[in-house]
Amino acid sequence: MSSGVAIDLENVWIKFGDFVAVREANVNINGGDFFSFLGPSGCGKTTILRAISGFLEPSDGRILIGGADMAGIGPNKRPTALIFQNLALFPLMKVWENIAFSMEVAGASAAERRKRADELLDMIALDGQGDKLPSELSGGQKQRVAIARALCANPDVLLLDEPLSALDLKLRQHMRTELREIRRRVGITFIYITHDQGEALTMSDTVAVMKSGVIDQIDTGHNIYDHPSTPFVASFVGENNLFRGKIKQISGNEAVISTRRSGDLLAQITPSQVGKLSVGNEAMLFIRPEALELSDSKATGKTSISANVVNQEFEGNSFSVFLEGDGGKQIKMSVPNLGQDNIAAAGENLSLRYDAANAVVMPVGELASE
Amino acid sequence: MSSTALIRIALGAYFVIFFSYLLGPLVVMSLTAFNSSAFPSVSPWACFTYEWFEVLFNDKSIRQGIYYSVIIGLGTVVLSVSMGLAASIVLTQIWPRLRSTYYTMIIAPILIPGVVLGISTLVFWDRVGDFLGVSEGSLLDLLFHNGIFLTILGQSSFIASYAMLVFVARLQRFDPGLTEAALDLGATHTQAFRKIMLPFMRPAIASAAVLAFLASFENYNTTTFTIVDYKTLTTVLAQKVRLGINPSISSLAFIIIALTIFVALAFEANRRNQARKNAVKEGKASTPKKGFLPPFLRGNPAAIVFVALAFVAIGMVGTAQQYSPESCKIQYQEAKQIEIQRRIQELQQKRKIRDQSGARNGPDIFVTPPPKKVQPEGGSGAFGNVFDPGNLNSDKNN
Repeated sequence: MSSGVAIDLENVWIKFGDFVAVREANVNINGGDFFSFLGPSGCGKTTILRAISGFLEPSDGRILIGGADMAGIGPNKRPTALIFQNLALFPLMKVWENIAFSMEVAGASAAERRKRADELLDMIALDGQGDKLPSELSGGQKQRVAIARALCANPDVLLLDEPLSALDLKLRQHMRTELREIRRRVGITFIYITHDQGEALTMSDTVAVMKSGVIDQIDTGHNIYDHPSTPFVASFVGENNLFRGKIKQISGNEAVISTRRSGDLLAQITPSQVGKLSVGNEAMLFIRPEALELSDSKATGKTSISANVVNQEFEGNSFSVFLEGDGGKQIKMSVPNLGQDNIAAAGENLSLRYDAANAVVMPVGELASE
Repeated sequence: MSSTALIRIALGAYFVIFFSYLLGPLVVMSLTAFNSSAFPSVSPWACFTYEWFEVLFNDKSIRQGIYYSVIIGLGTVVLSVSMGLAASIVLTQIWPRLRSTYYTMIIAPILIPGVVLGISTLVFWDRVGDFLGVSEGSLLDLLFHNGIFLTILGQSSFIASYAMLVFVARLQRFDPGLTEAALDLGATHTQAFRKIMLPFMRPAIASAAVLAFLASFENYNTTTFTIVDYKTLTTVLAQKVRLGINPSISSLAFIIIALTIFVALAFEANRRNQARKNAVKEGKASTPKKGFLPPFLRGNPAAIVFVALAFVAIGMVGTAQQYSPESCKIQYQEAKQIEIQRRIQELQQKRKIRDQSGARNGPDIFVTPPPKKVQPEGGSGAFGNVFDPGNLNSDKNN
């Protein structure tokens, strides 16, 4: 198996007429990385994937695979293999013929192809199913055949276009594990497209979050979740409580925000924005539901919020408590399920607190639409 | 009577009328092929005979017509299937704004009368010859005035449109992602077409080919202009009809009908067997239980008719070797002679009576009808004798 190959997008623009699908994308993907593009549908992530695999040329900028400029090189000449959203298995070919298609077009003999296909079928735990038609397989099996077909071409880069979106939850979780396992075994670069943040965060080494053609943040899943660099990332990845206000005071990487309805709140400035905010600016402050906790004292510090319980939902591993702060401010809190019967009765007034390190503040920006 | 019963009866009556309208002419035509009467007719029924098949097989012009029809049909299949396939692929890939214009352009030949296509094909290639300045008698000149060449082109100009419609219907279900997947896996565009698109289109290609062949085989409007000095089956038949026909044409029709039914049933039987096999494979149907019919026939009316037809064919060939209509024919001839004699006598008697009464009542102001002219057997009255070549002359004389 070939080892991972680095991919670089240098200042890539992709336009369809007047419509800009991808704006100034600069991405460096290390060889052997599991890299995800995460974003809502229509954000241009599939367009980037198609540009990398060679189905469309960037309007501007360069795409480098293993340091070589790919301009003018067709999809059949690139060291990439794409797994399509609908898998695109050849319906009239048997499973083994599907898998060995890349060898067939390269002129390999039937015996060679069959041998390699059987090896790959073994790897994806479908041995003995080679003579079936794709239509006779289940969803998860088709998925694995599509992966085997792509791997048969010995690509340096495997591109996956939301391959799990058509599967049901259990199978999806199983395939996540399997994909990681396959990746560990073959050690090539994976580029993964998804709108499911769970998939992106669990599988990837690096995640790029996209919004209408623009890459907002490229970072590890952990950093994306804890230190979102824009309001869009903060609101798109996971759940967040948003507080709007003006910056009252800045000290180092911490700032006090004078919010409209919840008083003064203290938070960390998100790393990419340190030094770019100044007192008096409009800002957005985000606190994750799980960062909020019940406080015993009725303290009214800069990291506490007072709110009335509206209702609560039991989610299995946690309780979601919906509260209403001063002036009707909606707040959500998540409390881990440790065997409690109940968190609070509706209408009860609670005092919430959080660690300033778990709240981020950043300049005002576009949010992810619900 | 309840209204449902009434509806059922009305529906039954409707089906009877509909199918007799649809199939009646074919049945009558087929029957005339076995009547010894020299003009295609069912009544009066003379004698059961196979002689018209013999006449047909001995008719050189029909044999030649069939030969050229088949050659032209095959040429048209090749040309129009490839043109139709190319046109349909272009249709799916062309810019959306141009698509409807392109579609109209490609579909237009279907709307243009065949006669116009025929004449324009003839004129166009003559002009092309002129334009290229090919000398008379050179290879190109011969080609541009060759009936087979012109007919294939003329017919393909509109049959390709039919073929395209068949392909477009199939292509709409083609996932362009499959071609992309093939390219992504290293296939060239040619390989992607040959290994992915073409196998997918195969059923459509087969039906378009059959459609093209049949359309070519039965075409008259265009062919009659482009065929020049050759003959196809349709032009031969048209010529024969003009000069008066005999039942050998019915026997040809019977053969074509029988072949069509045979092929259609075989195809249907095959399709059903396949469907059953697939159903069994997927576990949706159990393998059929043993019955008194062999498995080939079970639950398959098409196959039963198919076998019955085969028996009839064997029976026909068998009786043809044993049975001779000669004695019947002689009998029929004699009966006819007697009948004619009887009618002549009748007429003579009538005249005698009239003469006698006329002598009593004064001069006869009525013109005595001439004795009925004894017609040759060929003009025994069907179609009001319009096809009798003698008609033109006798009209003039009268």
